[in-house]
Amino acid sequence: MYLTREEEKMLDGEYGETVRRFMELLVKLGDIYGAERMVEVGSAQIAGISYKNIGDPGLEFLEEVSREARVRVPAFMNPAGMDLSRWKEIGIPEEFAEKQMRVVRALTRMGVFPAATCTPYLSGLLPRFGEHIAWAESSAVIYANSILGARTNREGGPSALAAAVTGRTPYYGLHLEENRQPQVRIDVEAKVKGEYGFSVLAYAVTKQIKKEIPYFRGVRGSPDEMKTFGATLAAYGALALYHAEGVTPEQVKVPREGIEIGEKELREAEEEIREEYSDVDLVVLGCPHFSVAQVKRLLDLLNGRSFRAPVWVFLSYGVRSILEREGLVRELEERNVKLLSDMCAVVAPLDVMGIKSAVTNSGKMYRYLPATNGVKTYLDSLENIVEVLAE
Amino acid sequence: MRVIRGKVIVEGEAEGEVLFTDYPITFYGGVDMKSGEIIQTDHPLRGTSIAGKVLVFPHGVGSTVGSYVIYGLKKYGKAPVAMVVESIDTVTATGVILASIPTVSDVPIEELRNARRVRVKGEEVEVLG
Repeated sequence: MYLTREEEKMLDGEYGETVRRFMELLVKLGDIYGAERMVEVGSAQIAGISYKNIGDPGLEFLEEVSREARVRVPAFMNPAGMDLSRWKEIGIPEEFAEKQMRVVRALTRMGVFPAATCTPYLSGLLPRFGEHIAWAESSAVIYANSILGARTNREGGPSALAAAVTGRTPYYGLHLEENRQPQVRIDVEAKVKGEYGFSVLAYAVTKQIKKEIPYFRGVRGSPDEMKTFGATLAAYGALALYHAEGVTPEQVKVPREGIEIGEKELREAEEEIREEYSDVDLVVLGCPHFSVAQVKRLLDLLNGRSFRAPVWVFLSYGVRSILEREGLVRELEERNVKLLSDMCAVVAPLDVMGIKSAVTNSGKMYRYLPATNGVKTYLDSLENIVEVLAE
Repeated sequence: MRVIRGKVIVEGEAEGEVLFTDYPITFYGGVDMKSGEIIQTDHPLRGTSIAGKVLVFPHGVGSTVGSYVIYGLKKYGKAPVAMVVESIDTVTATGVILASIPTVSDVPIEELRNARRVRVKGEEVEVLG
């Protein structure tokens, strides 16, 4: 692989052993994927933050590298297994919290931005069109590639950290123009609305295609709806990029081969994933992390009512601060809704906290919560969740 | 002496007893980093330790956290002395590079099914018995 003089210096250990090892990792991964050179990245987003996922091996690794390495480009971290300030309030075990904070401290020591979110683009890290980045969180990867037109492969935790520390990533995959062209056209002939509607659509899509990059016609959601749509496409179909007519910015060649998804396909998909429920231990919203607008919509839907079951809404620290200033955090708390920042239920230790059932409006959450925490999970629209569980 | 050539993932030299499996390994959740034991419930080698062996397997599967498990194995002194794989995957590659475990890929592992002992040296896998 061709390396610049600066990259060679990193590989030769002139910036220390940790940088050398990270550069070696990137060169080897580049070799495996046939990259001819490195590309400079504008930012990194690092996954593998929750102590529930990475355990002691990850914690020890991060503490070791944090003694020496510092990030070269803006870097954010993915959600942790708890709200970093309010973990006690929601019953996170003390021992878990202590280890989780060690993970976060190691990363912030390296210069990673001290807020954990799967939506860095709502929280101060917004890549430009065409910019190369190295992001790891699958829902953020597909949002950055598709909606923003930035360029990233789906990185693993260590490779994203290596990109943060070296400012480089191997130039292959979705960094290359020719690999970003759509391979299948999908015409959606149905009215789709809300996070739930777009989750069902995404689920239906992933049943029709394998790993082809889709070009959609008739998919026009708000940024928040597209956020949930992409997250669910990534969760069920491992997709990292799609194009949507009139929504996504990249100029591409429209594939002639087309599949149609209509009301019938959506109903069939819905039948597979929707079940009735009357009571749950927890309502989980904010997958991906909610925006200010989504939280306000929840408040509108409640229209003075309160939830019978506890509700956790996940969001970034920045978005929560805005809502706090407007007095909405307290107002929601009085309605049994907690706004939790820096965390995600999928990577929280719910299994040891006695939570057995949950309902969500996100297809991604629905896909992962049963797998990571053994929680019986239902999928429903926000409107219905409010109707069933608020009074 | 029989020598099989592959592609170097991590340069190095190591000799040891072969632990062969034609079944992919899930490092995260499938290998206990503190004992080196395979705990993956559906794995034919369940209960066997990979510590100190030359681990010969097709490729790794599963969560990217598996890389940290390989790193952890090394830290706890329970890592294989070398790995030989049929086709390298990102999880395994990241793990062996972080842990500096000599590793060769692109090896037709079937040829090592009955090998008892091998030496890994750069791109070479030398069958010793």
